[in-house]
Amino acid sequence: MKPIRLALHEFRFSQKVFWRNPGSVFFTVLLPVLFLVIFGTIFGNDPIDTLGGIPTTTYYIPAIVTLAVVSATMVSLAVNLTTAREAGLLKRGRGTPQPPWVFIAGRVGNAVVVSALMVVVVTLVGNLLYGAPVPWRHVPEIALTLFIGAASFCCLGVAMTAIIPSREAAPAITNVITLPLYFLSGVFIPENEIPDGVLTFAGFFPVRNFFEAFFAAYGSGAAGSSVEWGSLLAVAVWGLAGLALAIRFFRWSPRH
Amino acid sequence: MSEPVISIEGLHKSYGKVEAVRGVDLRVESGEIFAVVGPNGAGKTTTLEILEGYVDRDAGRVEVLGTDPADPTPAWRERIGIVLQETALETLLSVRESLELYAGYYSAPRPVDEVIDLVGLTDEADRRAGRLSGGQKRRLDVGIALVGDPDLLFLDEPTTGFDPSARRQAWQMVADLRDLGKTILLTTHYMEEAQFLADRVAVINRGVVVANDTPEQLGDRESLPTRVSFRVPPGGLPLEIAGIEDITIESGSQGETSRATFESGSPTADLARLTSWALEAGIELESLEVRRPTLEDVYLDLTNR
Repeated sequence: MKPIRLALHEFRFSQKVFWRNPGSVFFTVLLPVLFLVIFGTIFGNDPIDTLGGIPTTTYYIPAIVTLAVVSATMVSLAVNLTTAREAGLLKRGRGTPQPPWVFIAGRVGNAVVVSALMVVVVTLVGNLLYGAPVPWRHVPEIALTLFIGAASFCCLGVAMTAIIPSREAAPAITNVITLPLYFLSGVFIPENEIPDGVLTFAGFFPVRNFFEAFFAAYGSGAAGSSVEWGSLLAVAVWGLAGLALAIRFFRWSPRH
Repeated sequence: MSEPVISIEGLHKSYGKVEAVRGVDLRVESGEIFAVVGPNGAGKTTTLEILEGYVDRDAGRVEVLGTDPADPTPAWRERIGIVLQETALETLLSVRESLELYAGYYSAPRPVDEVIDLVGLTDEADRRAGRLSGGQKRRLDVGIALVGDPDLLFLDEPTTGFDPSARRQAWQMVADLRDLGKTILLTTHYMEEAQFLADRVAVINRGVVVANDTPEQLGDRESLPTRVSFRVPPGGLPLEIAGIEDITIESGSQGETSRATFESGSPTADLARLTSWALEAGIELESLEVRRPTLEDVYLDLTNR
């Protein structure tokens, strides 16, 4: 019970810090919603013939959910932990009687909770603005996909801090990694517009696999909802690799 | 004598080819404020970080509160408080929230409101850390180190960059901590700070302790001569005034007249001779100064060797 109480204590303050930071609220919470509205407006709501005639916005719901979860977990954690490290907060935490993992656990908890919130928000906005169906019956598949994906991208976020030298470099480095993957993986541009070779290439990376898993879980395709085990496994393998790198290379002290 | 709170013998630490600490020996007794002074890169922070359990030493024997800091236990961490050289605060949490966050890490924390009063932030309790002044931030830093109610407090350059009034306030706060029975080890660049706060001072230079004593006794300060100086009168000075020898003349800079200086082991007698000579000659000794060597003079002497 004690570790749970500790992690909850840490989580409570991580939440306060998250919601008080205009940057994290804008980029993690508002921007995905803004993207959904922009893409819905630009690409309209025409059926996509090659994907079984689903409306464009229905396609975009799992796409933007993917972006929102990656942003709330990997990007947000990488930026947040780098900032905490460079501010000396992690070093200070290590000087307390607490086991070091507590200081990561609270922030991971925050990332997972914000991810779940974003799944709900994006789904509801899609329903209210574009009439995309709310997949009530697919909640178990979506929850499973969210859980595996959020856990994996959290591990990748912690690992990324090892290559981010400073607080200032954090947004640039995370963007350089995620933005091309969003484009290549069909998150920004409907995948029927993307050449097969590019999609195959993107398939080596976790963002594309995570999107495929969400697309299947939402039942957006013609086949109905399902758990895309292959894609989820690929995401999990990336996550485990991230975990191994994080354990090996994570730094607690700022660079002076 | 009771067990020392900190004892260090033959401490060595190198970073690559740089020998940061080359055989430091120190003892800090319970309840004292101990200041470690020395130039940048002398090995102060390295020594402190070894004592805090952040850095592993290469050689030597170290005990802090009866524990080897290379093997820190949670029970040991309960008893120490650390203020790092750089202020480390979560800017988006208020003073009270910051202290509540850290209070949650300790099994028997000091009440948060008490800590707020102790560090003099009562009026700022609900202000976010990011909106405090530099001096207030540093006091919150100290508050966070105190919230676990430690027996031993490490303060690494607690007042660097402060304006004089913020520094005075910080000193008063540290002096108040002594009354709580805390043992405090602090590093500083300011000799006034060591003079005001410390029971004992160790001077570290190039990785070794070159002096270790009370601020009054450090470097044999009490037995050093007094310096007397004054402006050279317009008519010049004789080579010797009434038996006072070794008067040195320093030429003044940019239009200022030169100053005459001598060191005296018996300043009362020498001053009487000097002033009676001046009275007889009808000379006013302008900007006459009689100065005991300060801790800073001793420090500069010790670290320039």
